[in-house]
Amino acid sequence: MFELGGIFEAIGKWLNGFLPPVWVTIISAVITGLAVLGFLSLLALFLVWWERKISAHMQQRYGPMRTGWHGVLQTIADGVKLLQKEDLMPKDADRIVYFWAPIICFGAAFMAYLVVPFGKGIIVQDLNIGILYIIAITTFTVVSLLMAGWASNNKWALLGGMRSAAQIISYEVPLSLAIVGAVMLAQTLSMNGIVSAQAGGFWHWYVFREPLGFLVYYIAATAEANRTPFDIPEAEQELVAGFNIEYSGMKFAMFFLAEFVNMFTVSAIAVTLFFGGWQPLFSFLGFIPSWVWFMGKSLVSVFVLMWFRWTYPRIRVDQLMNFAWKFLLPLAFLNIILVGFGIVVFK
Amino acid sequence: MIGNFAYAGIWVLVAIGFVVITFFFARLIRPQRPNPTKSRNYECGEFPLSDSHLQYNVKYYLFALIFVIFDVEVVFLFPWAAVFRALGLFAFIEMLVFLAILIFGLIYAWKKKALQWV
Repeated sequence: MFELGGIFEAIGKWLNGFLPPVWVTIISAVITGLAVLGFLSLLALFLVWWERKISAHMQQRYGPMRTGWHGVLQTIADGVKLLQKEDLMPKDADRIVYFWAPIICFGAAFMAYLVVPFGKGIIVQDLNIGILYIIAITTFTVVSLLMAGWASNNKWALLGGMRSAAQIISYEVPLSLAIVGAVMLAQTLSMNGIVSAQAGGFWHWYVFREPLGFLVYYIAATAEANRTPFDIPEAEQELVAGFNIEYSGMKFAMFFLAEFVNMFTVSAIAVTLFFGGWQPLFSFLGFIPSWVWFMGKSLVSVFVLMWFRWTYPRIRVDQLMNFAWKFLLPLAFLNIILVGFGIVVFK
Repeated sequence: MIGNFAYAGIWVLVAIGFVVITFFFARLIRPQRPNPTKSRNYECGEFPLSDSHLQYNVKYYLFALIFVIFDVEVVFLFPWAAVFRALGLFAFIEMLVFLAILIFGLIYAWKKKALQWV
């Protein structure tokens, strides 16, 4: 009941009945792609509204209230407004690079969902190198931010692009090393495999096996998603908007969409690697559908990321780099050695 | 397995198609009246002083180089991590030696002030 995994299998079987395999692959890839696009658009609409409401209530304000019930339609109104905005491009801009930057930014955020396990059997492709694929594909964001910064031919944009490239590549190293810890415990790189390795109640979750690894991952992931306290690339007060300053209309909307999608991506990976993915808290709670567990845990993690924003002040650019290389990186090494030691001693 | 990666290829096209079609629809309904003031670079309202593709801090290159070294090391760690339990103590000690060399490299870069910003 209520488990969605069976539906996808049934559709696949039905298509296989009358079409050659090549066409089944193409059609199902396009259908799943469109489904994930729809899901991500709705999710981003919700997350933008949610962030505004959380920010407002943490500052004892109401936030959007006029459009619909407690302003739920505010994001849709904003989206329609962005759609009608004139698309300005600086006259010295590098046209081709300027055009492709938002496409690559959104594409990189979207491609990660190829291997995200939303629930039992709800995964588009369980690649055998799943987690490595996610690390590889999400790093393309750096390229797009650099492209946006360079092509705009604007000093603020160039500074923002260079800074974000420096930040994201610096935090990439501790992030990947923290993921190695989870791979050592699960003995597989496939996302489904990592989730099944944590089955059987919350005490099997890897956050209790390697709390240090989770800490390093979560801090580095906050920086990867450009969230406060690591939002140096688009620090409004000093860089006005960073890499996306010369973008308007739908091109800006794509960067904005990608930012919120990335925030959900890092939360989904944190849940998959450290909080048992779609596994229930106790096995007797298994009657609740697996995708409810996954979405619930991920949204809690997204809430924590939003909470950070109103708790911590933004850190300076030299502190940012020092923190990554001189604190997080040694901590990530220590985590790998501790996990390895633990596995060798306790099996 | 190739079929699984074909999905990734088709998804690239779906992503590009989605964004381009969105741009196209926006083009149909939005106004398009450029003028010289609108298409000037934004520099807080002042006239832009020079071309923006100017020299920037060489530190960015240095961090990029250190990043490449450590990222390649992570790539070496992944296959080791995936079969760690099967190999046991021997693999653990081998990787300790590998990590020790890398941590020595990190300390060297630190002492040489390569990790210092500004």
